[in-house]
Amino acid sequence: MDPIYLDNNATTRVDDAVVAAMLPFFTEQYGNPSSMHAFGEKVGRALKNARRQVQTLLGAEHDSEVIFTSCGTESNSTAILSALRAYPDRREIITTTVEHPAVLTLCEHLEKEGYTIHRLKVDNKGRLNLDEYRALLSPQVAIVSVMWANNETGTLFPVEEMAELANAAGVQFHTDAVQVVGKIPLDLKNSKIDMLSLSGHKLHSPKGIGVLYLRRNTRFRPLLRGGHQERGRRAGTENVAGIIGLGVAAEQAMAAMEHEQTVVRDLRDRLEQGILAQVPNAFPTGDPSNRLPNTSNIAFEFIEGEAILLLLNKVGIAASSGSACTSGSLEPSHVMRAMDIPYTAAHGTVRFSLSRYTTAEEIERVIEAVPPVVEQLRKLSPYWGTKGPASESFAPTYA
Amino acid sequence: MSKTIYLDYSATTPVDPRVAEKMCRYLTAEYGLFGNPASRSHSFGWAAEEAVEEARQQVAALINADPKEIVWTSGATESDNLAIKGAAHFYAKKGKHLITLTTEHKAVLDTCRQLERDGFEVTYLDPRPDGLVDLDRLAAAIRPDTILVSIMHVNNEIGVIQDIDAIGQLTRSKGVLFHVDAAQSAGKVPIDVTTSQVDLMSFSAHKCYGPKGMGALYVRRKPRVRLEAQMHGGGHERGLRSGTLPVHQIVGMGEAFRLAREEMASENERVRSLRDRLLAGVSGIEEVYINGDMERRVPHNLNVSFNFVEGESLMMALKELAVSSGSACTSASLEPSYVLRALGRSDELAHSSIRFTIGRFTTETEVDRAIELIHEKIAKLRELSPLWEMFKEGIDLDNVKWAAH
Repeated sequence: MDPIYLDNNATTRVDDAVVAAMLPFFTEQYGNPSSMHAFGEKVGRALKNARRQVQTLLGAEHDSEVIFTSCGTESNSTAILSALRAYPDRREIITTTVEHPAVLTLCEHLEKEGYTIHRLKVDNKGRLNLDEYRALLSPQVAIVSVMWANNETGTLFPVEEMAELANAAGVQFHTDAVQVVGKIPLDLKNSKIDMLSLSGHKLHSPKGIGVLYLRRNTRFRPLLRGGHQERGRRAGTENVAGIIGLGVAAEQAMAAMEHEQTVVRDLRDRLEQGILAQVPNAFPTGDPSNRLPNTSNIAFEFIEGEAILLLLNKVGIAASSGSACTSGSLEPSHVMRAMDIPYTAAHGTVRFSLSRYTTAEEIERVIEAVPPVVEQLRKLSPYWGTKGPASESFAPTYA
Repeated sequence: MSKTIYLDYSATTPVDPRVAEKMCRYLTAEYGLFGNPASRSHSFGWAAEEAVEEARQQVAALINADPKEIVWTSGATESDNLAIKGAAHFYAKKGKHLITLTTEHKAVLDTCRQLERDGFEVTYLDPRPDGLVDLDRLAAAIRPDTILVSIMHVNNEIGVIQDIDAIGQLTRSKGVLFHVDAAQSAGKVPIDVTTSQVDLMSFSAHKCYGPKGMGALYVRRKPRVRLEAQMHGGGHERGLRSGTLPVHQIVGMGEAFRLAREEMASENERVRSLRDRLLAGVSGIEEVYINGDMERRVPHNLNVSFNFVEGESLMMALKELAVSSGSACTSASLEPSYVLRALGRSDELAHSSIRFTIGRFTTETEVDRAIELIHEKIAKLRELSPLWEMFKEGIDLDNVKWAAH
């Protein structure tokens, strides 16, 4: 039986049509777009077309607002470090406790360099408190960086509203949108978002290509130096095939948006309900009423998420416990801790992330496979009795 | 397009079909190899990680390094940025002085300029007229507060090969780090980091029949070289470079470097004979100047100035040839090559230079057609040139007093 891939928030398969579009740019149209000769010019035109395809997906006003980078992490680093260089007198950053490591680690590094980092807290459903945010906005803040959707729980943040508040306070606003692009419709031209990060490999285009959306007239300082590419905003020979692939993937994502919002959402709901109906002491984390259509993060109490995943892998099901970047770590994820999920449950979270390629048959197979795996592990768990938790009073807190 | 003859292999190379074929397996669902190598909880991730590590060995093997010394990046430009800024910031307490050459690639020069704005001091040395670094001048430029010397292995415009062994001995003896941009030399010049005292080395996949948007940085472990990361995040590449690893790109670079290692010797021989054929072909033309040393030079590069011919008209006339004047990264500008200017070439000669770079798929027929075209077009352009006419009449153009309009 074919393996079932439900780890699409980590990375996605590339569509055959995307690969087909990329291929000629490896061996035939291989010119360097910076070259003045025919080989280079032809490639330059193809890049322009891809830039427009991405512009459309983002709902951006100008195609020049699309800067191609090597990945979402590069886009995030570029955005945040640009603001710090552009506003050298501003020494504060506002972000959240549940960002992707790309932003969290950078902020930790900046904290050591003397910047003040304000990390917005979330409630037990992963929601932000906008009053806390409003109170922190000030002319000392160089940039606000808030993810659009959380990679682990899929919970959506009100970034458009937050961008307006930042804008009114004269502060640049950046959003790490790698999990939402292609899954929910975007309309950046009618927002106050100044910068947005996109990662190609989360939307069925290849790895190694990302985008930094940069609103026109936003003060900007490049990260990578040494060439005039991307209008002097990102040096380095363009990843031509990757850009072409991303363009096609963007077009496909536009076409599949409706499918994502209906079919994928229904399959996700079916999966979640199917599992919860059979497994006691399990609950979805995050905000089920306001999340990505493809993501379900379920906490199974009294067992280890990593153990569940390894047993699922044996029966050909790929899922994950948190971000791939923290994968393999035995600590509960920072996102679960921020939501104050009890220790006994935070350890047992499993993230199922679907894609438009996920089928109803696959979902039924997963619904069948999960309960016996959980049961098997609970039999071995010292915290689990014959029918339920060994002790109702057992409620350890975080170390 | 098929009519255009591609002689611009130093700007970029086609992806070798064997490389492209292998890359494709890591994209679609067909082989189950599209996973994220950071995913530790399922076989998709494990398979991806295995592919990444195999490629790391292949890249390390080309330069006789330990695979642990290879850090993946998005290209040589990023590698240069990471090496130079990363080392400068990490060792800033030790000193704030760097040395490089005026003929380096923009990726190095612009990075140094940024460091100058951040309070570092940079000495830009001119090479000798043959393009090679003057070791005595380099030694004299090293100060107690010098932390890094950055010199490219092979110049992208004139193809001269610097003696990185000699430079490395000098820098090591002075306790200064040595960074080498090897984008143009990997796969063309044998490199052995166990004998060359290089501390940091930048590589590009797309100059070596791999994909664009992929590169690597060699970071020596013994003695250990430390860097400050330029991109923070998931802690990939042992914290030196975060960001999801582009598996298919990495596999492509690995395969390209594996092929380079296997085929370098035979390919160099074939390419050299084609280059020499081209050189012989254009040598018959009057007032032709070869730029850069011909002995210490990569076999695929020929850089020639055609006196009394204007650069852009020449490029236009030679439309059937895909060649470049200067590096592709600066070719959109119409300024004369700063590399040739640094070698002491006049503006006129620098302006009329063409770089021919030959590669794996160049044929003898193509070279012969190029020679034919060059003869024809140069003659035609000179026919129209008043300067050429004056030169032929024996007028010393350097002493002509030009009237202002």
